[in-house]
Amino acid sequence: MNEACSQMTPSRRAALGAAGALFGWSFLPRFAFAAGARDARLIVVVLRGALDGLAAVPPIGDPDYAALRGPLALAATGEGAALPLDGFFAAHPATPAFARLFRERQALIVHAAATGYRERSHFDGQDVLESGRNSPAMVESGWLNRVVAALPAGAPTARRGALGVGVTAPLIVRGPAPVLGWAPPNLPPAGDDLVRRLGDLYGQTDPALSRALARAVETEAIASAQKLGGAENRARGGPATPQGMAQIAAAAARLVAAEDGPRIAALAFEGWDTHADEGGATGRLATLLGGLDQAFAAFESGLKAVWADTAILVLTEFGRTARINGTIGTDHGVGTVAYLVGGAVRGGRVVADWPGLKDEQLYERRDLKPTTDVRAVCKGVVADLFGLSGMVLAERIFPDTAAIGPMKGLVA
Amino acid sequence: MASRQDVVALRRFGLGPRPGDLARIGDARAALIAEVEARRLPPVAGLALTTPAEIAAAFYAFLDAQRAARRVASAPQTQAPEAPPAMQTPDALQPPPALQTPQQAEPPLPQRVFRDEATARVAVALESGVGFGERLAMFWSNHFCISVAKGQFLRAQAGLFEREAIRPHVFGRFEDMLVAVASHPAMLAYLDNAQSIGPNSPAGARRGRGLNENLAREILELHTLGVRGGYTQADVAEFARILTGWTIAGPEGRLGAPGGFVFNPRAHEPGARRLLGATYPEGGLEQGRAALAALARHPATAAHVAAKLVRAFVGDAPAPALVSRLAATFRETQGDLAALALILVRSDEAWNAPATRLSTPQEFYLAAARALGRRPGFGQIAQPLAAMGQPLWQPPGPDGFSLSSAIWTTPEGVKARVEFAAAIGRLGAAGVDPRALAEEALGPLLSAETRQAVARAESRPQAIALLLMAPEFQRR
Repeated sequence: MNEACSQMTPSRRAALGAAGALFGWSFLPRFAFAAGARDARLIVVVLRGALDGLAAVPPIGDPDYAALRGPLALAATGEGAALPLDGFFAAHPATPAFARLFRERQALIVHAAATGYRERSHFDGQDVLESGRNSPAMVESGWLNRVVAALPAGAPTARRGALGVGVTAPLIVRGPAPVLGWAPPNLPPAGDDLVRRLGDLYGQTDPALSRALARAVETEAIASAQKLGGAENRARGGPATPQGMAQIAAAAARLVAAEDGPRIAALAFEGWDTHADEGGATGRLATLLGGLDQAFAAFESGLKAVWADTAILVLTEFGRTARINGTIGTDHGVGTVAYLVGGAVRGGRVVADWPGLKDEQLYERRDLKPTTDVRAVCKGVVADLFGLSGMVLAERIFPDTAAIGPMKGLVA
Repeated sequence: MASRQDVVALRRFGLGPRPGDLARIGDARAALIAEVEARRLPPVAGLALTTPAEIAAAFYAFLDAQRAARRVASAPQTQAPEAPPAMQTPDALQPPPALQTPQQAEPPLPQRVFRDEATARVAVALESGVGFGERLAMFWSNHFCISVAKGQFLRAQAGLFEREAIRPHVFGRFEDMLVAVASHPAMLAYLDNAQSIGPNSPAGARRGRGLNENLAREILELHTLGVRGGYTQADVAEFARILTGWTIAGPEGRLGAPGGFVFNPRAHEPGARRLLGATYPEGGLEQGRAALAALARHPATAAHVAAKLVRAFVGDAPAPALVSRLAATFRETQGDLAALALILVRSDEAWNAPATRLSTPQEFYLAAARALGRRPGFGQIAQPLAAMGQPLWQPPGPDGFSLSSAIWTTPEGVKARVEFAAAIGRLGAAGVDPRALAEEALGPLLSAETRQAVARAESRPQAIALLLMAPEFQRR
């Protein structure tokens, strides 16, 4: 209890946030934020299907690693060698941009991490990760949306709402705060006059469709200013392919970097459920990790102007079995990695209370044991970037998590 | 003339009225019941390749040709003219690479099969009467979904899977559909069971390969009991062992008809298994059949299916009395799906619920094409469905597309619908009076505001787009 309380000791920015929540920010003059808070950007990428953390960031210094991973083990030297990070952990060879950012201290890894969910259903696992709730049954809103809702109404982050990339917004950004939507265009535009008339009709008859259409128009204005419309930007490949990941990341970066654009965005990449023929230095997972790496590079170049105030958090619902299964892949597990990348990140380190890989050190003698709660990571990033207090984080963003303090020092 | 509630019912349970339907169908409930009592769906017709054997033969010939083409490409330049690999094989099905070149405008075979299946699948939906049976087929196809994104084999099998494993059982027994699905090559490939091998089976001992839990877990979690249906990780592993040996016969046909389902005893984990407290003695294929039969009759399965049917056809707000009636009937009739369909259309809860749910993109697409009497080609099917977020036979994961209405009410989703409505409005405008079309499509549901917006539109295409996007067309 004492420990939890000390972790909640508010910083100056956080205290500002708590007071605002109490008195109502909308009545405070705008310069109050301009003085204290940075105009930060946060993009959360959800990897659907459960990323194999032991493959993405292999602990090649662990004496049990090579035997445990058998044919999928990566080596420190030779053809297809893993990229060195800190001597103990390495990065998958398909992620050179990430490894470079790590060396430049603009990227870090949290290893052996998991949410509080301990079953092995993708869908429940994703719901827990995205809703920020302790139980999969409560999916009325996502935690990133509640971050926007909890921010002072006049702050740029709250004014711009959250961006959900894709035809259906990920749960993590759904909720009471405004959500903008964008996806690579597939059909010719409808025409302004039709959209205006439809807006009139919805205004008279259907508030929910009216709101959705209004936000689509708003995002479209930003997207066309950033030249994201047109045939040359047609969807390429979709979110389960490397080209699609790079395209989606590049577009999200341009929208989030725009002066009048959203400050918070969520997107999802798919295809990480590698039950069979997962591959090692090359193969199925390597192809996907290559897409994620291209996305990192696209974020970096698209967000260049605001990179110093940007963090990109990559999360997945859970990890995979520590051992290889009968079909040279991995089944659903528990502990895995989270990536944190960006100019605002205090990078160059792997944050891990390493549990070890011996049989008795595995969770249920099967999975990488989780020793860090990813909610502590999410809370730490949000607290440092947007100044939300530990109390708001423990009650509104991740309800009933007072025992999980925000991880400190992730953001510079 | 159909009443307001009749039109709501035709749109809630069916695919939406075609021109003339509202005048023709007096009593919507009687028309829905008649579709159930017919007990069968019309065949998906007009395919170049229909049977499993035809599709498998063409698929394996395609793979052979691909391999041969790669050998030509990688062979040293000097050798290629002397010994073109295609000439060395006697296989009549395999065209030599030289003959393939002029056809390169045609997509590869798996995509051709997918294109034909998708076009035929949409055609049968557009031609159906009320379309309740087709909606049920869509429901079950989503419940037991597979995805063409998993690879060429699944792309070639997706239509076949729905024709063989889903459509024949829509008014039949749940257990029969479950067994047909779990033993279909498409599902065995999609959820990796085709590769799962008992570690102590002869094949496992020889090849050092073993279990894959994917299909076993999703059958328990998604297809039968539901995620909180009372199974454990140990049950998942035991069920995976039970299902070892359920696989696909290879192109050589050593174990069975190429590309078809086969039980391979040499890959099956020997021994008795315990699943959900019951013991299944060693029995090869029968061990799995018995386990599936027990899962199909489990009360948790009845509750799971009942709740999902209500969410799909009635709404997100729970109708607990209707769910329990459906679950009880499921248990009493051992999963008679026609009995469940009849309870749905006869219930006051389903009949009287307000039309507040946004149609899914596929439902909206079919309703729009039916209202306009269109027969779209493949390009006009695949692209808009993908743009609106619900590509055919390509859900985001094994849990299928969401049944929630809110999830489709997004800015990007609404924008894609407007763009589709504008496009189909341009295609369907010739010779159409949009005001009459609005009456035909919506009858008593047509609001004064929509009627006015349609009448005042600047052009026919714009009037049609406004009609299709009107709340009373979008919601059901």
